[in-house]
This record gives sequence, structure tokens and C-alpha cells, in this order.
Amino acid sequence: MTAKDLRNPLKVARGLGSSQSGVGHWWTQRVTAAALVVLLIWFVITVLSLLHADYATALATVAKPWNAMLLIIFLITMFWHAVLGLQVVIEDYVTTRWKEVLSLVLIKFLAVLGALASVLAVLRIALTH
Amino acid sequence: MAEFTLPKNSKIKPGKHFAAKNAKKPRTFRVYRWSPDDGENPRIDSYEVDMESCGPMVLDALLKIKNEIDPTLTLRRSCREGICGSCAMNIDGTNTLACTMASADCASGDVKIYPLPHMPVVKDLVPDLSHFYAQFASIKPWLRTQSPAPDRERLQSPEERKKIDGLYECILCACCSTSCPSYWWNGDKYLGPAILLQAYRWIVDSRDEVTGERLDDLEDPFKLYRCHTIMNCTRTCPKGLNPAKAIAEIKKLMVERRSA
Repeated sequence: MTAKDLRNPLKVARGLGSSQSGVGHWWTQRVTAAALVVLLIWFVITVLSLLHADYATALATVAKPWNAMLLIIFLITMFWHAVLGLQVVIEDYVTTRWKEVLSLVLIKFLAVLGALASVLAVLRIALTH
Repeated sequence: MAEFTLPKNSKIKPGKHFAAKNAKKPRTFRVYRWSPDDGENPRIDSYEVDMESCGPMVLDALLKIKNEIDPTLTLRRSCREGICGSCAMNIDGTNTLACTMASADCASGDVKIYPLPHMPVVKDLVPDLSHFYAQFASIKPWLRTQSPAPDRERLQSPEERKKIDGLYECILCACCSTSCPSYWWNGDKYLGPAILLQAYRWIVDSRDEVTGERLDDLEDPFKLYRCHTIMNCTRTCPKGLNPAKAIAEIKKLMVERRSA
């Protein structure tokens, strides 16, 4: 049996008020989604063109300036979009506040880490081949 | 985590069966029953109703049950014509108004009747809507102006008036909000489709002068952006309104007033 809440329901409903944010997240999620439609088509075509190709051809393809640039843009957009989507899932389902904050911070670190590592990999190929 | 199973004291048990005597056209109504007084778990009671001597709507059947079979059955109803929203409940798997839902339109077999989903239950089919109403009050659902009151009514062109069509008809029955999974999981902070449709009704009203403040109050990851366009709200609305579209319009206005 929980203690009866003596606050007026309006006090509970208004809570801490509006955080004056959220529209940036929403808009960025949609813009990255739209960008990914185009980038993903390019990415799939590029990967398919490498079917049965040898290691040297793959390296040479990645090292082409346009391909390297598009690949980097694709990776950044992909990690950005993924972290925005994951954030929504965590906010939806993780209701214990400290677990929510911890996982939100964690996925952001992991996304930056993943994006940095993959971009560096592309750069290394592009700059050394 | 969000709760995906019912707590122990909410698990539903089989209940009593009330058979009809000499019924010409019997139909069984399976109704959710729970009382705060006896400490028991909820149960499903089944009532055989003679449709030959019963009105066409599910509300007619419920009232016949209450009047002739089991007076302890508790439900809300008032206008019996779809304008007060009191008899909103989950019938045949969908949130709707008992007074405008015909028993004949329910899937063949037994008619299953539950209170609105994921709300605290006061008794039987009566949900506790205090928080829902408080959320409605929180959006200040009245005409707010800064300019001095005019000597006559505030004018509005027919085109401007047309903008609140499909919004002003909302009767706040809570069918849409209680059909929304996002409202189930985060209803403490998420305003839900009904309240957001009402908020948009005042945002889009040409006579209201605090549009920006209204948008300020909604700009929040939880109050507004928990809407993931699941669309249960629009599918279930017994008045045929489109809360999902109203929410989308609010999101569009949020983007419109900032730089892309």
C-alpha cells in the first residue's frame, strides 16, 4: 500500500514543466534519415561492386577521394542517426532515472567511439593507398 | 523498465456465469469485474442476455445486465448518444463508446468488455481519469489573449473557423490516449493524443494570441515527442477524428519557428 498522494493532480501533471528541447532531436533524426536513404543506396551499390574483388581492389576503391569522402559522411550520419534512435528507445522503456541517464551517456560515448574508429580506418586507407 | 506483465493483484481470474432463462436470442457478454472493497483479484463475469428484448447498442446490453441480472455491475454513462464520452471502454478489443457501438457489430461469439487499458480502475468498468483531466487542465484549454477585450465578439473568418473542424468535436472520452502504447509507458509525462489534439485546437484558433507560449509549453521530449506515430489513436477514435495528424501539425509548427 503506497501513501496517498496529497498533491493536486494538476501539480503532478505539470511536473517540472517543459524542457524547451526536443525539436532539435526530432528534426536531426529526420534529416539524417533522409540523408541515409541516399547514402545507403550508394553504399550498397559500392559494396556490391566489390563482390568477388580481391583485397587490393577493395583498398583502391575505398581510397578513391569521392568514395572515401562519401564513406566518411555515411559513417558519421549512420552513427548519429543510430544514437538518436537508441536514445528514444531508452527514454521510452528505461524508467529508473539513474539507469536511464547512465545508458544515455554510455550510448553517446560508444557512438562517438564507433564513429571515430571507423572514420580513422577510412582515412588511413585513403591517405596511405 | 516499462511493465509488460500485469502485477500479481491485477491478474484476471474466471468469474461467475449468469445463464439466461428462456432466452430467444441469447448472447454472452464477458465483463471485467473488480471491486476495491473485497481484496480479490479482478475476474471476468459472463452474462447471457436475450438480444430479442435488448436495445441494439452495447450500452443497452450493459444497462439490461445492471437492471435485470446483476445490479452490482458498475459503469459510467450519461448521454447515451456519443457526446459525453462517459461510457468509453474497451469493447471487442477496441476502445470505443458503449453507446455508439452496436452489439451486432462486435465480432461473432462472446462480446468482451474491459475498462480503458492501462488506467487505474476505480471499480469494474470505471477508470480513474484524474491524471488525464489534470493534463488537460495543464494545457490551459481556453481562449487566451493579450489585447484588451473588444466590445463585441472576437471575429473569425469562415476559413479560420474551418481550421478547428475535426478538433472541436473531441469529447475527451480518453479512448485514443488509453490506446496509445507510448501513453501506457510514459503517461505520467507524455500528454497523449487527446490532450495534444486539444492543445492544437487552441494553437490553430485564429482568436488565440498566445500561440508561441502554447508551443513553448509543449516543446519537451516527453510532453510532445513521445508520439512515435503508432496511429492507434486515429484508428480507435469513436468520433472519427485524427489526433495523430494534429500532433504532426504541432511538430511542423515547432520546426517552422526555428532555423532548419
